[in-house]
Amino acid sequence: MNLLIFVSLGYVMVLFIVAFAAERAAQAGRGKWLRSPMIYTLSLSIYCTAWTFYGAVGFAVRSGLEFVTIYLGPSLVMFGWWWTLRKLVRIGRTQRITSIADLISARFGKSNLLAVGLTLLAVAGTTPYIALQLQSVTQSYAVFARASQGGTGEINQTVTALWIAVGLAFFTILFGTRKLDVNERHDGVVMAIAVEAVVKLVALLAVGVFVVWGISGGIAPMLEKIDASEIGAWEVSGGRWAGLTFLSAAAFICLPRMFHVMVVESDDERHLRTASWAFPAYLMLMSLFVLPIAVTGLDLLPKGSNPDMFVLTVPLSQGQNGLAMLSFLGGFSSATSMVIVATIALSTMVSNHIVMPIWLSITGGGVSVSGDVRYVVLLARRLSIGAIVMLAYFYFQLSGGGSALAAMGLVSFVGVAQALPVMIGGIFWRGATRIGALCGLGIGFAIWTYALFLPSLGNGLVLSDTLLSNGPWGLAWLAPQALFGIKGLDPILHCLFWSMLFNSAAFVLVSLCTFPAPMERLQGAQFVNVFQQAQPRRGWSRGAAQSEDLMIMSQRILGARDAQALFEKEARRQGVQGILPDPSPEFLDVLERKLSGSVGAATAHAMIGQIAGGASVSVDDLLAVADETAQIMEYSSKLEAQSFELTRTAEQLRHVNEKLTQLSVQKDGFISQISHELRTPMTSIRAFSEILRDSDDMAATDKARYAGIIHSETLRLTRLLDDLLDLAVLEAGRVSLNLSQKSLSEVIESAVSSAGITSDTDLVVTQKGSGRDIVLTTDVDRLSQVFINVISNARKYCTADIPTLLIKAFEENGRVTVDFIDNGSGIAADMRSVIFEKFSRVGETQAGGAGLGLAICREIMHRLDGEISYLPGQGGGAFRVRFPAELEKIQQDV
Amino acid sequence: MSKHVLLVEDEPNIIEAVSFLLSRDGWSVSTHSNGHDAADVIRAKQPDVLVLDVMLPGRSGFDILEDIRSEGVCRDVPVLMLTARGQTKDRERAERLGATRFMTKPFSNAEIIETLHELSGS
Repeated sequence: MNLLIFVSLGYVMVLFIVAFAAERAAQAGRGKWLRSPMIYTLSLSIYCTAWTFYGAVGFAVRSGLEFVTIYLGPSLVMFGWWWTLRKLVRIGRTQRITSIADLISARFGKSNLLAVGLTLLAVAGTTPYIALQLQSVTQSYAVFARASQGGTGEINQTVTALWIAVGLAFFTILFGTRKLDVNERHDGVVMAIAVEAVVKLVALLAVGVFVVWGISGGIAPMLEKIDASEIGAWEVSGGRWAGLTFLSAAAFICLPRMFHVMVVESDDERHLRTASWAFPAYLMLMSLFVLPIAVTGLDLLPKGSNPDMFVLTVPLSQGQNGLAMLSFLGGFSSATSMVIVATIALSTMVSNHIVMPIWLSITGGGVSVSGDVRYVVLLARRLSIGAIVMLAYFYFQLSGGGSALAAMGLVSFVGVAQALPVMIGGIFWRGATRIGALCGLGIGFAIWTYALFLPSLGNGLVLSDTLLSNGPWGLAWLAPQALFGIKGLDPILHCLFWSMLFNSAAFVLVSLCTFPAPMERLQGAQFVNVFQQAQPRRGWSRGAAQSEDLMIMSQRILGARDAQALFEKEARRQGVQGILPDPSPEFLDVLERKLSGSVGAATAHAMIGQIAGGASVSVDDLLAVADETAQIMEYSSKLEAQSFELTRTAEQLRHVNEKLTQLSVQKDGFISQISHELRTPMTSIRAFSEILRDSDDMAATDKARYAGIIHSETLRLTRLLDDLLDLAVLEAGRVSLNLSQKSLSEVIESAVSSAGITSDTDLVVTQKGSGRDIVLTTDVDRLSQVFINVISNARKYCTADIPTLLIKAFEENGRVTVDFIDNGSGIAADMRSVIFEKFSRVGETQAGGAGLGLAICREIMHRLDGEISYLPGQGGGAFRVRFPAELEKIQQDV
Repeated sequence: MSKHVLLVEDEPNIIEAVSFLLSRDGWSVSTHSNGHDAADVIRAKQPDVLVLDVMLPGRSGFDILEDIRSEGVCRDVPVLMLTARGQTKDRERAERLGATRFMTKPFSNAEIIETLHELSGS
């Protein structure tokens, strides 16, 4: 027991020394060998965690050969997808990418929202995995403790786990946060991991060799044993194999720790070529003895023994304490290397994307980059590491350390795999947009949380049993592990299928429907076409600055007077003769600030860089310029839209003004007309009434005649006023219609007699047409008024020898047409358009009307949803009246 | 010898009233009721005084006035213009075209007789 602690601590000490020596060597520039392809390959082995080291055997016992998928996925990626990995590495190097969250946020226009989302996804997906490592170490420790104390003592797992957590956090902080720039790489950590990779491989191989040759007595007997055991007869399900292989492949690329060692810590993308065969070989060796150990464990150990611990318990049961110790160290190595790299990767994300943005916004944005910021970043990283390890510890406690934790490996895989569509889309498809990425990740993460993560916490903890089996609100198709009614599938595959489907679909569809911002567009081009570009990252350095050139440029931007004043002031401050100051860094700073007030910070920086730096402007500068330009363009297009709006409003105003002017002219004309129509009869009335008043000696016949004229002129005035009022009411639309039923022939008959037509009048009225039996539902009185008007006109104006009026009526599709055709001379073509206007008269004869009759008719027909028009080509005067046979009730209220 | 007055007016009742009044006052009255050929009729009849309505069928009183003032024998005949519209701009237009007097309908009988006496200088 004490020996175990002693060995563990000693092992950790060795790792410390290795890491420290490596760091020293790297600092002294003797670290070339530290960056060999083999070290790179070994560092990739953090893929094999304690879960793989111990759990693969357990996996084999439970599900047979399926454990191979965990190795198959990464091997396929290394073999077949090395060009994708190479692209990732190249992008990571050119863009100085610090994490997978950084990669995706940079690709989509440096979106902070995406970075925060991915960071949370990574933390949520990795925490259970770290907890799993804690559990493995704690369990293996407990197994040892039990064995050494004869199976009687139970050690306190909680305390053990806590100590392990604290130790891991300490180690990580010590080596992971010595330097600020993540890209400067952690030589010490990588070296320690490489050593651990060797230790775990050697340990597993040693146990395997012991099992095959020490216990079973060689390869042949071993194979026989395997064939005889139930593991060998396990059925292989194709769907599960494909799903799990895909899952482990996706996780291999997306796991934050894998991304860290593969991309961030990468020194040379050519190392990938070695790793593409060496890493699969490593994995093959790791999996070589899994089956023998599993079979032997089942054979030797009592029923109910934990198969996850066979790697440890098989040697122990044979009294091979030394071998068991090596095995323990192998598991310990697997766990620690994973935890260290994972927490470094996560803490980088948390501090870069969550802590620092908050700190900068609180303190007002670090204008002066001093040592303070450096200190804050390091502190943030250290605190993040502690917090993440503690989070994992609490998770370990919460889940009770049960066997459920073993399944957590795959649960985590599905979580981090959600980043795959966005990542692959981001580096291969320029059309991918930020909104699309957000939607895809959001949906994928939501489905993972709901369908896999929450249920995995155990029944009843967050989601109730009823909800799990029956779905929320009794909606069975929403049950977390049977979405859309797909039942009976393994929860892992079920969630993988739905989350990846919706994730990818949302990402692609939304990307297609949205447009990338300029920054996104440029970043997208840089990512997708990374191989077509030369290495662009260079800042500008001062030196050959030409004060004169700066002056010319400044004059253009600031105006001659301001620019000269600024230069003179700076020259005086520097104590230089003349108006041109030396291009000192201070002066360039002042100038840049001044210019940025006019042209924007990025443009100013780029312009000064162009002159003072003698050449190269960094891509970031250019991107910022492009972004500013885009903003200006957006602004000017807004201005354009506003000016268009103004033009349109002005046009509308002009239109309304014209209409008002026209109305005013019409009104003047109307008043003038009314004045004329009123004054004319009044003139006669006044003249004759004065004559009557002043003449005593007038003949009685004359008196009677003059009184008659006065009388008829009074009637004419009254009629005029009636018509005017009628028209005013009709035009204002205030008329209320009085609907009633009457047959058309009745309406015509009564109109004819109201117009004063009798058998002895000089106008002969004849009727024909099929429509006269129709029963109308309309305002019969108003309709009659129109008819009377038209008939009276015929009577007044028809100049034929024997004036005749033909009234034809017919109906079609519910609309009635009544034509009034006389045999007179008709209305001249040029007058036909004006006869319906107010005060228009035809011909020179006075017929006692004021010219309002047809105007009133037109208004009435309009109210009755019909029309009245002149009907040309009938040989005489002809009017056509059309209207619906049944006026709808609604019309009443119009 | 009685003075000759020509009345150009289209409203029959007004023609009758004015004719009656002026005849009784001793004028020799002739009438004409459309605008088309009014200028020719005026030149042919050469009245001592002309009474001219504005709103006439065919041609307006203003056009007729402009016509007779521009050429022919009646360039200087006194003209009393009558109008039922009674707007200021009509009055101004009449004065500009050379109307001697301008009256708005309805007028008083005494007023029209007095004005005609004034215009004919009797």
